Amino acid sequence: MKILRKESLTNISNTKVTRLDIFAPDIANKNKAGQFVVLMVNEKGERVPLTIVDSNKDKGSITLIFQEIGLTTKLLGGLGVGDSIYSITGPLGHPTEVKNYGKIILVGGGVGIAEIYPVARAMKKAGNYVITILGTRAKDLLILENELKSVSDELHIATDDGSYGRKGFTTDILKELLSNSQSAQVSLTYAVGPIPMMRKVAVVTKEFGVKTMVSLNALMVDATGMCGCCRVTVAGKVKFSCVDGPEFEAHDVDWDELDKRNRVYLDKEAHICKLYKL
Amino acid sequence: MKKEPILAKEAEASARSLNFSEVVKGYDEKDALSEASRCIQCKNPTCISGCPVGINIKKFIHEITDKDYKAAYFTIREKNDFPSICGRVCPAEYQCRKACVLTKKGSPFASKDAINIHFLERFVGDYGMSNKLEIPIKKDASLSKFKVAIVGSGPAGLCCAGELARRGVKVVIFESLHQSGGVLRYGIPPFRLPRNILDFEINYLKKLGVEVVTNFIAGRMKTLDELSQEYDSVFLGLGAGVPSFLGIKGETLGNVYSANEFLTRVNLMNAYKFPEYHTPVNIGKSVIVIGGGNTAMDAARAALRMQNINGISPNTSIVYRRTEVEMPARRLEIEHAKEEGVKFNFLIQPKEFTGGEKGFVRKLRCLKCELGLPDESGRRRPVVIEGSDFEIDCDIAILGIGLKANQVLTSVTPSLKTDKYSDVIVNPDNMETSVKGVFAGGDIVGGEGTVIEAMGMAKKASKGIIEYLSKIKK
Repeated sequence: MKILRKESLTNISNTKVTRLDIFAPDIANKNKAGQFVVLMVNEKGERVPLTIVDSNKDKGSITLIFQEIGLTTKLLGGLGVGDSIYSITGPLGHPTEVKNYGKIILVGGGVGIAEIYPVARAMKKAGNYVITILGTRAKDLLILENELKSVSDELHIATDDGSYGRKGFTTDILKELLSNSQSAQVSLTYAVGPIPMMRKVAVVTKEFGVKTMVSLNALMVDATGMCGCCRVTVAGKVKFSCVDGPEFEAHDVDWDELDKRNRVYLDKEAHICKLYKL
Repeated sequence: MKKEPILAKEAEASARSLNFSEVVKGYDEKDALSEASRCIQCKNPTCISGCPVGINIKKFIHEITDKDYKAAYFTIREKNDFPSICGRVCPAEYQCRKACVLTKKGSPFASKDAINIHFLERFVGDYGMSNKLEIPIKKDASLSKFKVAIVGSGPAGLCCAGELARRGVKVVIFESLHQSGGVLRYGIPPFRLPRNILDFEINYLKKLGVEVVTNFIAGRMKTLDELSQEYDSVFLGLGAGVPSFLGIKGETLGNVYSANEFLTRVNLMNAYKFPEYHTPVNIGKSVIVIGGGNTAMDAARAALRMQNINGISPNTSIVYRRTEVEMPARRLEIEHAKEEGVKFNFLIQPKEFTGGEKGFVRKLRCLKCELGLPDESGRRRPVVIEGSDFEIDCDIAILGIGLKANQVLTSVTPSLKTDKYSDVIVNPDNMETSVKGVFAGGDIVGGEGTVIEAMGMAKKASKGIIEYLSKIKK
């Protein structure tokens, strides 16, 4: 489970986003868009889920892109080419349902942009007209612009500070596109990003009656359905993100609950990061 | 004069509840000899019928009295691969000890006077381990050309692996987690089963030539079809690891855990050593554990230890719908939990969890129950008393109310026939599934059971596999 390639995608104003290619041939062989791995950086590490952004069967490698937020992602970001991670397993979760929907809109926010890339590529290949909306706080934080451009029929960008693309939010563009009569026949929206963004996307698309899928970032331990840490309420029913998801219908997700459940260990996370001086 | 049963030495309750070290220290030689001498060596021993793998209990106890511990070890090993494990975790009071002639007739579990067979087994198992006794390997040259894949490294998988490897079959175990042992590692806490015992048994298999591949999710990395093509036969010891929830309001509040999650964090991920280990687990002032089985006992005792470790005055309570007699947990675990300070609240049915603004659980709303007529399990059914609502403080809730079949592999393998519980259907004669050459055993067949029951099924499956292999022309 050696790291074959490392690339820093952004390293600005405390936002570090890194790409790692990891040797994991069994996972690379079976990976489909929308699936994830669970990894441990070292023997004492946590098990954390990360979306598989890309895979290369010939090289036996998978690509992960992550932002350094908690201890595990910070430790992961500290590794270099040739280093090994302690454990990695997958591909987990249901793959994205890829088919020709016609016209679709993908919305990626922050590091969530990395997660919509494999879906955009698969959807484009399936013959869809792919409209992609990317959003970040500022220009310097935008990742995978060229990659997404190459698999999108239309690419729209929004930055909070207006330093690139449109000043504003992805949902502003989304609302405009959906209001536009030519885009009326959008049959699917797919969004990955921070919870507030996904939640806003859901509000906008519900208004227009567009089916919307989101990939959730619930906390997990084993990620094979054995602990229930990743419980989310969808359409009033309790689901496990790991085995029932990670994608769910955005309009049915109990966002408040997800947001609160994802904060259950914030104090411990802060404590351990401080302790490890990370 | 009637001899009193010899109790195994135990760490003192107030000291042991501060850490995760083993509670039961077991017998020394003198204890073992005294206890063995209490066995009346029945002409027609009933105890053996109580053992799911049929250990010749009478014989091994007699060998102890002869001080021939080596012989006793081999007698046990004829039927049981892991005596040091089973001697620690078997619910003997519902099995061999219940069947012992010294148990009063009609008793729901073993009487105090019944021979402490499990402690004797443990003594002999540990003797074999520390003296590096190895049972003769009967490798069969005609079997050495075969490769068998074993999915799951819990009790069933480990047992099946040992049985096959000793006959000369090449065995590869596939485990989805990063460490092997299955429920013996993620479920059973180290204070009941020290990790060096488990590691010893797994290392023994490795020395036999068994290959253990961790981080491998069968059904994801390879389909059952692919495994069947690469291997001459496949054994599925998938286990029952999917936690049940109550389905009541507030169950998704923060700090409401399944016992499996709580125990996995503590046992497998070493959350009790946070922050040296990075996986956190939350602990609070009022821990409520719901359920009456071994998993609930393990969770409660682990939670109480976590309170002590974190400098919180211990306050962990079991909430159970029936009464102590109906609890399915081992009697020893119930006693140990009580000694350590776990409180027991019986005849209570949880109704709803309520929480605070930040989404953490704060209270458990419950109803009182009374016992009604026996249900299909033979235990008296709890009947809710309407209008008896009351609240208890609860800032950590742990649900230990049962486990269902693991479905990662079965859900993507339609050819593998399952029943309404998602358990794999097998031919009871040889444990073969609906897929030719694929066998199964343990909790994935017939639901949640004991370690020794899983091993019993695995043994039967190993015979089925060998019979199957011997018919393959290669």
